[in-house]
Amino acid sequence: MMADIFRKASRGFSPCLRRLSDFRVTKHAPESPSTSPLSEQASLYVHWPYCLRRCTYCNFNKYIPKGNNEEIMAKCLQMETETLLQLSQVSCITSVFFGGGTPSLAHPSTIAKILETVSKKVTLLDEAEVTLEVNPTPVGRAKLKDFHHAGVNRFSIGVQSLQDNDLKSLGRDHSSLEALQTLEEAKKLCPSSVSVDIMFGRPEQTVESWSSELSDMLSVCDDHVSLYQLTLERGTKLFKQVHGGQIHMPTEDTTAEMYQAARETLQQHGFQQYEVSNFARNNSESRHNLSYWKGEQYIGVGPGAHGRFVPLGEGGVAREARTQTLEPDVWIREVQQRGHGTRRRIQLGHLELLEEVLVMGMRMTKGINHKNWELFSPELSLHEIFGASLNFQELQQSGQLILDDRGLRCSWKGLALLDSILPILLVELDRQIFPKSAS
Amino acid sequence: MSYCMVKQLCDLPLLGRVLQFKGCSKAYTLRYRHRWIKGLPVSCSSRSLNTQPDKDPIDLSKFPVDKIRNFCIIAHIDHGKSTLADRLLEMTGAIAKTEKNKQVLDKLQVERERGITVKAQTASLFYSHDGQEYLLNLIDTPGHVDFSYEVSRSLTACQGVLLIIDANQGIQAQTVANFYLAFESQLTIIPVINKIDLKNADPERVESQIEKVFDIPREECLRISAKLGTNVEAVLQAVVERIPPPAGSISEPFKALVFDSNFDHYRGVVANIAVFGGRVKKGDKIVSAHLSKTYEVNELGLLRPEEHPTQKLFAGQVGYMIAGMKDVKEAQIGDTLYHQEQPVQALPGFKPAKAMVFAGMYPMDQSEYPALRSAIERLTLNDSSVTVQRDSSLALGAGWRLGFLGLLHMEVFNQRLEQEYNASVIVTAPTVPYKVLLSSAKLIKEHGSEEVTIVNPAQFPDRSVVSEYLEPMVLGTILAPDAYTGKIMSLCLSRRAVQKNVVYIDEQRVMMKYLFPLNEIVVDFYDLLKSMSSGYASFDYENAGYQAADLIKMDILLNGRPVEELTTIVHRDRAYSTGKAMCERLKESIPRQMFEIAIQAAIGSKVIARETIKAYRKNVLAKCYGGDITRKMKLLKKQAEGKKKMRRIGNVEVPKDAFISVLKRKDK
Repeated sequence: MMADIFRKASRGFSPCLRRLSDFRVTKHAPESPSTSPLSEQASLYVHWPYCLRRCTYCNFNKYIPKGNNEEIMAKCLQMETETLLQLSQVSCITSVFFGGGTPSLAHPSTIAKILETVSKKVTLLDEAEVTLEVNPTPVGRAKLKDFHHAGVNRFSIGVQSLQDNDLKSLGRDHSSLEALQTLEEAKKLCPSSVSVDIMFGRPEQTVESWSSELSDMLSVCDDHVSLYQLTLERGTKLFKQVHGGQIHMPTEDTTAEMYQAARETLQQHGFQQYEVSNFARNNSESRHNLSYWKGEQYIGVGPGAHGRFVPLGEGGVAREARTQTLEPDVWIREVQQRGHGTRRRIQLGHLELLEEVLVMGMRMTKGINHKNWELFSPELSLHEIFGASLNFQELQQSGQLILDDRGLRCSWKGLALLDSILPILLVELDRQIFPKSAS
Repeated sequence: MSYCMVKQLCDLPLLGRVLQFKGCSKAYTLRYRHRWIKGLPVSCSSRSLNTQPDKDPIDLSKFPVDKIRNFCIIAHIDHGKSTLADRLLEMTGAIAKTEKNKQVLDKLQVERERGITVKAQTASLFYSHDGQEYLLNLIDTPGHVDFSYEVSRSLTACQGVLLIIDANQGIQAQTVANFYLAFESQLTIIPVINKIDLKNADPERVESQIEKVFDIPREECLRISAKLGTNVEAVLQAVVERIPPPAGSISEPFKALVFDSNFDHYRGVVANIAVFGGRVKKGDKIVSAHLSKTYEVNELGLLRPEEHPTQKLFAGQVGYMIAGMKDVKEAQIGDTLYHQEQPVQALPGFKPAKAMVFAGMYPMDQSEYPALRSAIERLTLNDSSVTVQRDSSLALGAGWRLGFLGLLHMEVFNQRLEQEYNASVIVTAPTVPYKVLLSSAKLIKEHGSEEVTIVNPAQFPDRSVVSEYLEPMVLGTILAPDAYTGKIMSLCLSRRAVQKNVVYIDEQRVMMKYLFPLNEIVVDFYDLLKSMSSGYASFDYENAGYQAADLIKMDILLNGRPVEELTTIVHRDRAYSTGKAMCERLKESIPRQMFEIAIQAAIGSKVIARETIKAYRKNVLAKCYGGDITRKMKLLKKQAEGKKKMRRIGNVEVPKDAFISVLKRKDK
């Protein structure tokens, strides 16, 4: 992150960086979180809630649009962006991500307007990563150029599968050919900045068919791959189909094997794993997503979007977990009435913040470095928290965890077991922090 | 004052329930218990407060022994004992005749639900026959052999029994067990064939069964319908004509049998007594033979079935007595009472209750411990036959090991705990008391005897210091249609049972007797028997002493470490199947972990069964970006909280649920 900012710094001295430099001088002085550099900048997530249809596996916050309300939606997204930027008092937006839903259904001008709103209010560097999720349909493909014009410089393409049968049964509205064409077009527009989403653990999938499909994918894709395991979510059509016995999911052991096989295949193709499900080559990691995992601030705009930032604008001192109203129509009304649709705000305590930093940080292959941890926990180092714990030492001895000069991270095999490791770490963290925060 | 008391009682719901059970306060019982005496004048409700000089409306001295009949009703479950009791009470005017009289003597919820009698109730009835007035004492008894000791004490207070048999179902296992209890007590037995109004009633067939099995001439059988009242008058006549009067005489020294006792928070122990000789009156100084403690009689009376105070009780009569006893253990069933100045020989047959089935009881959550403790205390106040010992388990926390007379006794206790005290309890699978004959002189000296009873597997001595292990046996009686004989026989054989006898009691029904190790029937035998016979088989058992057995201690190991609370005593022949079943149940309930877990059953160093839980290979949520954090954090923190509560055996984390699923009695 630091390196990243310095790289940008050589191209222009932004206020954002200046404040960071100030901080570097004074960071050893006792501070309240509000003056921490962590609250000077943020990334921005914008949620587009509409989809043309419902995928059988998806339980995400999305709606099938009832009529054309794009203009209202665009206005409200801009207004909420403005309100929340004001509230957060950040001077710099480090990256923007348009997710959904299907944000590629939005008109490129909507995207442009939102980005303009950001630029007017705060610093948004030309180099700042601006990602848009794209459904690889012919319509999506046709709009790529305009999106690029609007300011998008990274596309994340929901290819999901190269098997047409599977795409159909999962309820996707594109074919594999259309996906490949979209990918080609995107690569032309944003070389080295296109990501593909691909899904394993699909019904009736085998390790062999998965491996060959992945190899096919890697021969055509760009420099970034996100790998998802299809998870059965309650309330989805797929959930019912599986429970009704019409569809069979691969066993836990099979999906474990698929995951390991994919990690190896990706490595052979020159992709570095940098997070549980993200792989990149040629330094094409997603800056935006990395900022989540590093525990940096983010502002969530749009129906159901989540945010994590300090509301300095109203005198807040602690980071808040904020959730926007879920239902688009209700959200629109709220934004029109009071400029934002924040439905829930929960102040994060010191322990809760550290818990999030730990849980998110450990997802990265590099884990949490000592410097970054110190930003959040100046009083207790990683060594002080975990060093003496027998449970922790057991994890080290069995080769799941590494704690060294660089920081704390999972080993190759440990990363696959992260959800078994995290509760152990959380218990230790809790034990070490509680007496401190009580005193 | 009376009003205050009512209010006070209503404010204490828990206490109220205790009172409901044994009904000490008339005020309370009037409101909730005896619905059928609601119509009576309120005066009787203030009686227990003793604010007015006692009047004795009934002159009991006008009932010499020859005008008294003491009898009880015995029957298999659901054959109609309580309905007949209701009719007898109505016909003699003890209760008003209404539609609502259903199982008046069965007061507990569990009794009404299961159609069984747990606590005996007594009712004195006045009946005119041939111009003479008789005092008929109906002594209700528990219907099950778990309570056979209580039954036998009730029988001791009687000279005759009504043996009720369902005209449709015929003789059942409990009918046989009850018959022999009555027969051995040399009582007059009046067979009563009930439910003759049913469509499938076949009294002829039942009469032949009675002739064949009990050797009672068919002419002696009465055919009735208790439900409709058909021929019930004949039952009362038979009681007067066939049952002999009690033997005692007023001129003898006072001597009475305690055949039941209840606890009342305000008045202490209320003992039900049968006067065998002499007389007793208020103010008398009496002694209990078992503890040799002296008491002063505060209150005496008849049970009709509500308490009805009198000044005196005379030879042959049955009633209740309150004498300042503070604990039901002071008025143990079977004990003898006598006048302080005139000691008598204690009545034969007294023995303190002996627990035959043990089970651990633990609160679902340790924070519920105090509530469960007081619930158990309250329940045991009225049931001196339950033994209570504090126990603790590393997995389940602090709890108790309770001893019961038998399986039904245990189930009834649990059900009452849940229903009347709303307590959620983990009940462990029942175990039986083993005996060990020690061979080591040193250990014999330590224990003070050669024979030691072992309830807790942890105290099971090693073969090297033991000359013989013994296990408790029971003689089981099974009655079933002959179509099921084959299946039942193989079930019994698989339970290490030895066949003693097989008799056809009519063309289709077979009576089988087997000697079982008690251990083999305590968990699921009865349920299996019922389900494999489509509910037609009935089962009952009586204790049959101890027998030498090849017993061994089996350990359960997790990755090589023994799990203390899962150690079990088993018969060598059953070690493999028991061990395998336990390993399988553990496998189902221990979550996968980051390493492989070996679950083993072992005898000494020899592993006899093994299951393996494979290590997790992948356990990480694929997607996690900004939006997902809250949900994921919640999940992880819940897991972290759960970790703190798990019990660690070596490196294996075992959730409490796993222990519960292995230790708990199977759900039905």
